[in-house]
Amino acid sequence: MDNKKLALEAAKARLLAVTMVHDAASGHPGGSLSCLDALTYLYFEEMNVDVKNPHWEDRDRFVMSKGHCSPAVYPVLALRGFFPTEDLKMFRRIDGHMSGHVEMKYNPGVDMSTGSLGQGISTAVGMALAGKVAKKDYRVYSILGDGEVAEGQVWEAMMAANKYQLDNLCALVDVNGLQIDGKTSDVMPTEPLDKKFEAFGWHVVKCDGHDFDSLRAAYAEAKATKGQPTMILAKTVKGKGVSFMENNAGWHGKAPNDEQFAQATEELEKVIKELEG
Amino acid sequence: MGEKIATREAYGKALAAMAAKDEKLVCFEADLAGATMTKFFQAACPERFFDMGIAEGDMVGVAAGMATCGFKPFVNSFAMFSAGRAWEQVRNSVCYPGLNVKVVGSHGGLSVGEDGATHQCIEDFAIMRVIPGMTVLCPCDGYEMEKAVEALLDYEGPAYMRLGRLAVETVTDEIPGYKFEIGKGITLRDGNDVTIIATGMNVQMALKAAEILKEEGIDARIVDMHTIKPLDTELVLKCAKETGAIVTTEEANVIGGLGAAVSEFLCENYPVPVVKHGVNDEFGRSGKAPAVLEAYGITAEEIAKKAKEAIAKKA
Repeated sequence: MDNKKLALEAAKARLLAVTMVHDAASGHPGGSLSCLDALTYLYFEEMNVDVKNPHWEDRDRFVMSKGHCSPAVYPVLALRGFFPTEDLKMFRRIDGHMSGHVEMKYNPGVDMSTGSLGQGISTAVGMALAGKVAKKDYRVYSILGDGEVAEGQVWEAMMAANKYQLDNLCALVDVNGLQIDGKTSDVMPTEPLDKKFEAFGWHVVKCDGHDFDSLRAAYAEAKATKGQPTMILAKTVKGKGVSFMENNAGWHGKAPNDEQFAQATEELEKVIKELEG
Repeated sequence: MGEKIATREAYGKALAAMAAKDEKLVCFEADLAGATMTKFFQAACPERFFDMGIAEGDMVGVAAGMATCGFKPFVNSFAMFSAGRAWEQVRNSVCYPGLNVKVVGSHGGLSVGEDGATHQCIEDFAIMRVIPGMTVLCPCDGYEMEKAVEALLDYEGPAYMRLGRLAVETVTDEIPGYKFEIGKGITLRDGNDVTIIATGMNVQMALKAAEILKEEGIDARIVDMHTIKPLDTELVLKCAKETGAIVTTEEANVIGGLGAAVSEFLCENYPVPVVKHGVNDEFGRSGKAPAVLEAYGITAEEIAKKAKEAIAKKA
C-alpha cells in the first residue's frame, strides 16, 4: 500500500476514533491519535492476518500494551475488515460489547485483552516465545506508551525477551511525551529510552511515528534483525490530527463536546477529502 | 496409606510425568525450581521449561500470552508471590480473558516455618477465590495431588492450586471408589454429630481430631474439600442437614478462605452453626514448622475443641 493510501486509512481511523469517544462521552483520544499511524501501518502493510479467520494460528499477532488506546485499535480493525464500522457504536455502552479498554473475547481481530499498564508487553513476549517453541515463523508486535514504561513489569518483560532472543518480537514506544498528569519528563523521567532498551539487550530504532517511510524503514530493520528483539522509539504528537488536541495532556482521557467534535470532524474530513482527491 | 510426601514433591513429579503425554504443557518458574519442585519437569523436559527469574508479574503475563497460542502453562512460585505479588496479573491477564493458565502456589500457609511471615501466605485462598471465574484447589496429600494435576491439565480455564512444604501422610490412596473431580469434596469418615470440612494438610489433622472426639463419644464426619472454588455446595448442604453443625479448618486466615466460602453458602441456604478454624487474622512468625503451627493453634487438638464449640451451638 502506498503512503497516500496509508494516510487515508489513518485519517479515516482518526475520524472514527474521535467519533466513538464523542458518542460514548468518554475514552482516550490523545494517545490513540498519536499511535494511529503506526497501527495503520502494521495492519495495512506489515502484518500477516486473515480477516476471515481471525484466530488463524500462523497469523502475526498484535498487543496494544497501552490498552486505553482502544479508539485506535477498534477503528483500524474495522477498516481492515474484521468487523463492520457500525460496531464502533457499541463502544463503552452497557448494551454493547466493545469495552473501554481493548478486549479480545467479543472483538474479532484482537489478540489480547489489555488495559492494566505494563502487562500487555509480557503477553506479547509470551506469544513470541510460543512461536519459537512451536517453530512457527509468525511475528509479534506491540505498542507501549512512554508513560507506561514507568511500570516495572515492562523491564521484566525486556529481560525475558532478551533471554530468549525473541527476534520475532517488535515493540514500539509511542513517544508523545505526555501522560495524564502532564509531561512524562516531569511525572517520571524515563529518558534516555534508547540507552535503557539497548542496555536490556534490545535492538533500538528511532523513527518519526507520523511518517510512513520512516515507519516502513524501522519495521524493515526490525524484521532484518536476528538474535534479539527490536524496540522502535517513535516520536509522535499526542492528539495528532485534531488541532486543539495536539500536544495537550488534557486530551489524554477526555471526550470532545459537540462543538469540539464538529471542529475535529471538519478538520479530519478535509484531510480525508484531500487524500481521496 | 501412611507414606509421607510433601504435596509439592508429588506435584513436581506428576507434572514432569505429564510432560511426555502433552506437548502443549509448558512450565514456568521464578527461580525456585528446587523448592517448588519444578526441577523434575526441568530435568524431564528442558525445552518446555522456562525460568523467568525473580519476576513473577512478567512470568504470569508471558504464560497468558502463550496460552493464547494454544499452550497449557503452569506457572510456579511460592503462594506468596504467584498469588500475592502477581495477583493483578492473574486477575487482568489470565482470568479476565479466561485464559488456560494454571497458577501454582507452593509453600502455602504457616508451615513454611523458619522463613517467617513474609513467606507464609495465609491469604491466597481469599484473594484467588474472589476473582470471577477462578478455580481454587488445595489437595491434601501426594496421591490426591497426582490426581489433581491430571484433572487440572484436562481442565480448560484459569485455576489456582496451593501446594504445601511439609511431608504429609497419604490418606486418600485407599479410599474405595476414590475419584478426584474438581468441585467435588470427598467424605473420608462418616459421622453424625458434627462435620469437619478440611482442606490441605488440615485434612490429616481433622482425621486425628475425629479420633480425639471419638474417645469422648463424639462422632465427627470428615470431609476433604480439595476444591475451595467452586465449592461443593451439594455436599456442604447434605452435611449441614445431617450433622447440624460444621467446623471448617484450613492453614489460612479465617477471613476469606474455605471457612468463609462455607459460611457464605450456609448463611443463605441452610443456617447451622459454623465454627471457623484457621489463622486468626494475624501474621505468622519464624520457627520450626510444627512449632509455628502449634503456636497458632493449627493442631488436631484445637480442631477437636472447635468441634465441641460447634456442637454446643446447635439449637
